[in-house]
Amino acid sequence: MVTIEIDGKPYQAEPNTMLIDVADANGIDIPRFCYHKKLSVAASCRMCLVEVEKAPKPLPACATPVSEGMKVFTRSTKALTAQKAVMEFLLINHPLDCPICDQGGECELQDVAVGYGKDLSRYHDAKRVVFDKNIGPLIATEMTRCIHCTRCVRFAAEIAGVQELGATGRGEHMLIGTYVEKNVASELSGNIIDLCPVGALTAKPSRFSARAWELQQHDGIAPHDALGSNLHFHIRRNQLIRVVPKENEAINEVWLSDRDRFSYQAITAKDRLTQPMIKKDGNWQTTDWETALAFATDGLKAVIAKQQAQAIGTLASPTATVEELYLLQKLTRGIGSPNIDHRLRQIDFSDQDNAPLYPALGCAIADVENSDVTLIIGSHLRKEQPLLNHRLRKATLQGNKVVLVNPVDYEFNYPIAAKMIVPPSDLVNALASIAHALSKNRPKKILSKETNALLAKINFNDAHKAIADQLAAHDQRFTILLGNLATSHPQFALIRAFAGIIAQLTGAQIGYLPEAANSAGAWLAGMLPHRQAAGEKANTVGYDAEAMLAQGLAGYILLGLEPELDCYDGVIALQTLQQAEFVVAITAYHTPTMESYANVLLPMATFAETSGTYINCEGKWQSFSGAISPMGEARPAWKILRVLGNLFDIKGFNYVSSEEVRNELRTLVGDKTVNNHLQWQLPEHLSNEQIKGLQRITEMSIYTTDSLVRRAPALQNTVDAQIATGAHLNIHTANALKLNGHQQVEVMQGDNRATLAVVLDERVPDNCVLLYAGQTATMTLGAWDGTISVTGVSA
Amino acid sequence: MNAIKNYVKRLFLWELIQGLRVTGKYLFARKITVFYPEEKTPLSPRFRGQHALRRYPNGEERCIACKLCEAVCPALAITIECAERDDGTRRTTRYDIDLTKCIFCGFCEESCPVDSIVETNNFEYCGEQHNELLMTKEKLLALGAVYEQQLAKDRAKDAAYR
Repeated sequence: MVTIEIDGKPYQAEPNTMLIDVADANGIDIPRFCYHKKLSVAASCRMCLVEVEKAPKPLPACATPVSEGMKVFTRSTKALTAQKAVMEFLLINHPLDCPICDQGGECELQDVAVGYGKDLSRYHDAKRVVFDKNIGPLIATEMTRCIHCTRCVRFAAEIAGVQELGATGRGEHMLIGTYVEKNVASELSGNIIDLCPVGALTAKPSRFSARAWELQQHDGIAPHDALGSNLHFHIRRNQLIRVVPKENEAINEVWLSDRDRFSYQAITAKDRLTQPMIKKDGNWQTTDWETALAFATDGLKAVIAKQQAQAIGTLASPTATVEELYLLQKLTRGIGSPNIDHRLRQIDFSDQDNAPLYPALGCAIADVENSDVTLIIGSHLRKEQPLLNHRLRKATLQGNKVVLVNPVDYEFNYPIAAKMIVPPSDLVNALASIAHALSKNRPKKILSKETNALLAKINFNDAHKAIADQLAAHDQRFTILLGNLATSHPQFALIRAFAGIIAQLTGAQIGYLPEAANSAGAWLAGMLPHRQAAGEKANTVGYDAEAMLAQGLAGYILLGLEPELDCYDGVIALQTLQQAEFVVAITAYHTPTMESYANVLLPMATFAETSGTYINCEGKWQSFSGAISPMGEARPAWKILRVLGNLFDIKGFNYVSSEEVRNELRTLVGDKTVNNHLQWQLPEHLSNEQIKGLQRITEMSIYTTDSLVRRAPALQNTVDAQIATGAHLNIHTANALKLNGHQQVEVMQGDNRATLAVVLDERVPDNCVLLYAGQTATMTLGAWDGTISVTGVSA
Repeated sequence: MNAIKNYVKRLFLWELIQGLRVTGKYLFARKITVFYPEEKTPLSPRFRGQHALRRYPNGEERCIACKLCEAVCPALAITIECAERDDGTRRTTRYDIDLTKCIFCGFCEESCPVDSIVETNNFEYCGEQHNELLMTKEKLLALGAVYEQQLAKDRAKDAAYR
């Protein structure tokens, strides 16, 4: 520690920290534009000039390391004159268009100009004018306002890990831009809106809709990825204007992914359901709550009377809150049905009894950075959990390694130490081979006899050995992460088993990358056929999501989902629901498809309109309260479920607040902890069946994951959303099928077909077709796996 | 002594005469009564009457929806909604002034960076129903068109002091 003196007061600081950090830590205000605590030091704006004793000229506080006995003056005449002069230079070319600038009122340049600038300008010549650039649907540019702090450029290079932005020219001719005219495609791009100290980069979706002083800030939790990023809603007259990150070093640091930032647009989507609706004598009519709830209860009771309670099935989206899911399973179990599930995109449930308490990351989110080697199995992590991927990027920049086993050669924004790209059908075998290669120079006794016997039957080649070598060192902290493509794999149980074997061989920590904001919460809430709340074993094991839709039950309760888009097999889901006698859909939206299968539509509040709790991948309970009142007659789903519980005369449904529901579950969970290292079952031998024909690989695109993002127009216009259409195949496969890159093809899967455009995509392995789920174009094709055929359609 | 003085004053109605002297003085003085509405008093160019929204000479509305007037209004009489117009400029979609709330302080006019919201010298407006005093953007722009010449003249006169 060194002692320095700032403005006459002594302070302790670590040697070589920058002066501005010491000042910030002690609440001393130094003006700045280019400095940002998460970015590298540029020292280009010169706004943070301070006087340092014995230095001939003022020094920039952001680039001056502290040393013993340093005497700093931030408010001396010399410092203030220097700051005033810098401010005057910055304002030479800055336009005086604050009244039409969206940043007006929250602008760092305005604040600093008032605090440190001159009262009047002495500059009377022409100002610089820069033409605006179109950099995509999320960010509006007004480049004349740019003061060249290069925060956005540094963000793109250092945090987003893509060289998308840069500066060309110098001095007055310096321009910030994308080099060639193109959209900024990073999944974290929205953060440059917050970083920009002036109004050069502002949010396009909320452009010109409110001023900073009109907005009320309300805390919230992001409803998409499993991190549960902390955020602020900005609200004006009960209208959600924008979403910005709330700093939480343990979860999202100071960032927010674009999906979390812009999905709020869906709250006011055109097809929002604002009135309860019932289908009477084949006609849809809007009605009041009392009638609708009575209609729903009567309908379900009729089904139970006619058949039995087991004929009711309940499906919920894992984006629902813990309270909603807990009440929903309590309601369903109260009625007497064990058919409850939220795992809509899973198909292999064979080892569900061995599954941990909930899919957990296995360590704190921030701890991912400290893993020396991370093996990612079946995940497009960059798009699934953008900010977790950022943690891994930070890890690799420190020299840690990331190894991939993926069905598609996804692009990552950091160096990958080793990767293995195999079609889904070979994924299990590849993992087995890696496990075998790993077991070679390790004592046999680590693994059970059966496991050794199974591994002995499996061959491995140099590629597998190369991966194994990366994972082998003993003194490393090693983490295995199972992603969405693993969870939705038809042999998920085996993938888990081999991940477990690799973990056993290497002492690795296994972690899951849950797919939705509340996947962990859904497991804990008991939204499962085989487990009740808090992981208690269910008395009767009901049907899982897949079986429920394949069996065709008589009655369904759906919470917040669009089965045709959200389920593993949308075709079967839709057919089954259409044949069901009575379907109650608690939903925020109203689509023609819903009209085709539902009997009652109950409007529910979306994430900003309801109170609740999300449990993130590290098992953290994050509660939030409603920021705006629900649209129209919509009500928070926990209230709807509470009333339904009362109408069914189920005991213990007299909750007054969502906190009461949460506390009840909290008490049930107690101090149970999750253990990802559980048992698994292995078969006698692995099938080595070669799949003939084209294999389907299915990924949920980043901007189709749930009903909200599908309805955010800004996100749907991004590069990521636009590439997620069509049938992706590589050039060899395309040549073999005699297809060219600009062609429509008919894709057939069993009896299902869809017409899609060919997209030549080098990431896809040979003889595979990558399709993106969650959209109407591919919805008609059915299950996410299997073989498909592709034939060209003559134009 | 004082008692005698007061007695004489009272006897000769001295205070009445004193009062009548003022009346007499004004009886012959020049009359200042203004026969409103046939006659009107002159108004300062800074007079703060009914509001109007101005346009530029080319017909473009001045208001850019900066909402400073809304923020400064001490009576919370102004309500503004804004959006991007098709040509990409920032414009109001709603500009309401509730004249029943307005206290005619003139802060809105003072805060306006483009001289858009102004107070005309019209104080002779009335409404038979409450909603006639709720000014909308259309009404305000129409008033602006009516009073533009006067407004421009008043602003030119006051320019040296602003």
